[in-house]
Amino acid sequence: MKLDAKIPSGPLVDKWARYLSEIKLVNPANKRKYEIIVVGSGLGGAAAAATLGELGYHVKCFCYQDSPRRAHSISAQGGINAAKNYQNDGDSVYRLFHDTIKGGDFRAREANVYRLAEVSAEIIDQCTAQGVPFAREYGGHLANRSFGGAQVSRTFYARGQTGQQLLLGAYSALCRQIQAGTVTMFPRTEMLDLVVVDGHAKGIVVRDMVTGEISSHSADAVALATGGYANVYDLSTNARGCNVTAAFRAYKRGAAFANPCYTQIHPTCIPVSGDYQSKLTLMSESLRNDGRVWVPKRQGDNRPPQQIPEGERDYFLERKYPSYGNLAPRDISSRSAKEVCDEGRGVGPSGLGVYLDFSDAIDRLGLATIRERYGNLFEMYERITGEDAYKTPMRIYPALHYTMGGLWVDYNLMSNLPGLHVLGEANFSDHGANRLGASALMQGLADGYFILPYTIGAYLADLKEKRPSTEHPEFRKVEKEVEERTKKFLSINGKRSVQSIHKELGQLMWDKAGMARNEEGLKEAIAKIPVIREEFWKNVKVPGDGGEINQELEKAGRLADFLEFGELLCRDALDRNESCGGHFREEHQSEDGEALRNDEKYSYVSAWEFQGEDREPVLHKEPIVYEEVKMATRSYK
Amino acid sequence: MNLKLRVWRQKDRNAPGKLVEYEAGDIDPEMSFLEMLDVVNERLIGAGDEPIAFDHDCREGICGTCSATINGIPHGPERATTVCQLHMRHFKDGDILTIEPFRAKPFPVIRDLMVDRSAFDRIIESGGFVSVRTGSAPEANTLPIPKDAAETAMDAAACIGCGACVAACKNASAMLFVAAKSSQLNTLPQGKPEKDRRVLNMVAAMDEAGFGNCTNQYECSAVCPKTISEDFIAQLNREYLVASVKQSFAGK
Repeated sequence: MKLDAKIPSGPLVDKWARYLSEIKLVNPANKRKYEIIVVGSGLGGAAAAATLGELGYHVKCFCYQDSPRRAHSISAQGGINAAKNYQNDGDSVYRLFHDTIKGGDFRAREANVYRLAEVSAEIIDQCTAQGVPFAREYGGHLANRSFGGAQVSRTFYARGQTGQQLLLGAYSALCRQIQAGTVTMFPRTEMLDLVVVDGHAKGIVVRDMVTGEISSHSADAVALATGGYANVYDLSTNARGCNVTAAFRAYKRGAAFANPCYTQIHPTCIPVSGDYQSKLTLMSESLRNDGRVWVPKRQGDNRPPQQIPEGERDYFLERKYPSYGNLAPRDISSRSAKEVCDEGRGVGPSGLGVYLDFSDAIDRLGLATIRERYGNLFEMYERITGEDAYKTPMRIYPALHYTMGGLWVDYNLMSNLPGLHVLGEANFSDHGANRLGASALMQGLADGYFILPYTIGAYLADLKEKRPSTEHPEFRKVEKEVEERTKKFLSINGKRSVQSIHKELGQLMWDKAGMARNEEGLKEAIAKIPVIREEFWKNVKVPGDGGEINQELEKAGRLADFLEFGELLCRDALDRNESCGGHFREEHQSEDGEALRNDEKYSYVSAWEFQGEDREPVLHKEPIVYEEVKMATRSYK
Repeated sequence: MNLKLRVWRQKDRNAPGKLVEYEAGDIDPEMSFLEMLDVVNERLIGAGDEPIAFDHDCREGICGTCSATINGIPHGPERATTVCQLHMRHFKDGDILTIEPFRAKPFPVIRDLMVDRSAFDRIIESGGFVSVRTGSAPEANTLPIPKDAAETAMDAAACIGCGACVAACKNASAMLFVAAKSSQLNTLPQGKPEKDRRVLNMVAAMDEAGFGNCTNQYECSAVCPKTISEDFIAQLNREYLVASVKQSFAGK
């Protein structure tokens, strides 16, 4: 496998402009001869499908939800970054680029990140024109708020529902193209495999989740915008349906999987309340703008928070990181919370929680202002916990939230499998080892609106072979494999539910490959996962049959892939014998518990190549070379 | 706590359905309603029965996927709450809960508690957008928008498209859903050029999908998990009237 990132030559600031002026274009009359498959309808998928449709391509867009409007991008609360410098506080494309590289702990690809920062401003223009109701100042101009990992205020938002509003904007653009006939939408349809013909991605095999019918779709190019893999941990802030299947099937068909060990733990989630828990709920990081994080100074101090005097509280983020304080980046804030809980100073019934206290902000700004800024988040908190956070501090704890790793892509967002493009959270390129808040929405929309529509044209313009029909033997073969696999799930007829096995996997992953990892634990997980996998294939119970709506069957297929993928994640975490960003190896920390990178040995992207069932994958390394940025120890003190 | 459930079971779109009783014993009040159903389903699977199919995804009240009518109220008894955010602490030991799918002719039941709400997508496709091509947008701050207009648009835009409004309406009207989208866009200057055709097309799509008429009872707004105001229905009616009059006087 050869990994060529295809970074354009020339100075960093000119690369994208030069690329755009030099790429081959597809003649408008020819565009309608091409079919493009887009899998996923979140920010990346919907934006790409809509824009490609506008350009005149024939697009087929698939999602497992009952409507494209429901993709998980909708859950993002806080905001979207853009280098507009509307606050006149010194922001610039370069600063957003640098913050993102630094936030990613110097493990992201420089040229991709610079391009992301460059197109960020245009995203805000686009969304505003679509009617996205961003927050505004009294003068009628767009408002901003601050977010973690930045000293400028560059985050645009729509109350606490920014992801929802941006997704509904992209969905409306998609609907317009569906009406125009350029995009055909396939909701409640799940991609179960990728079809590769003569080395090029040429289509997918899907299951209609209502009728159970398994069918093939061929195309000239395939774009996966299928999100991340946080649900390998079972409990995460992802929607229950989020899964790794599309990306993992592509991996098994030859696409390299990059940096699977880079996972992000979000510091401000509502703590787990019981073993029936089905998901974790995130409270937007924007709350850290005004909330102060603390725990009691004394172990086992279980007085109600109001009775703990100021002098007996430890505002640990402000103490450890005076210049960023409560706005320290996510990985650092999460680990600090884990540390104080490990010391026995955690709060709440489980002891796994820290306070997020708004009383100072309410005194300073008044209740009305806090209500205006965070009202819906406070309501959400009350709905789940039954507690009023205007009166008593919130309890929060870190939870799995986002995954920076994903399928390897080059500058064109194309994987090593020609024709297979990967966007948004599903690819690996922009966030390095840690993503900054409000950057996921930016990346999804950048990829979908402003990058893929150009780069995919460059691929198609050079394409000689026409797409095969779905009668091609390779389609027949893959379709048959998918059918066999579906039958297999239904025929095991064991004793355990899919969820009980998923929970077992998730617990193991969280314990051994969660917020902190070490060699021994990772080796243990690598040994144990195959045992759980065997248990699944011998003893899972999937009731019902394949020719109807069968949610257990859907879950079984997704879990089967997580059971293989989890092992890959652990292997990657074991290989990366350093701490960086969201990947914290306990062996590598400074005396005061900060992550210690090893740039000499680990400045590379890990790209894993599948070798066949029951064979260890092979690691390929793409060196990380910085032309502009100097690697430095990340400090937020 | 121990509950008795009466749940609508229906194999597919064409099969007849019926209410089936289940015991839901030993339920923790901290569970969400859907977690309670998860627990019941795990027990059904253990006993060799088929689990209850229900739609859900984000489980934090924003994706709009979950949908069930509990004791006759879409999304259950708590105000401004989706089923996924409804917690069992709001029920008491011994309660009997009747759980049904959202009922409306344009939302056919496809299995148990799952319905087909694609009619909503068709309404948005008919006009729930601003026709702006990617890349053609002007600089965002060139068009200042008064804060109160932006806030009103946001109030309307909060709609999650769950369909509770339709399920609550005795006429299965989709007016609140349509009004939320049309008012969001029509309140903003970006949406003004297409204002008339938007309301005409969306209302036509709504009628074509078989949704009923609004008779101003506002059950929709009462059950809306995002408390979308019925005022937007008044705005839609006004805009529809103006657009229809303009259309009838327009030259050929």
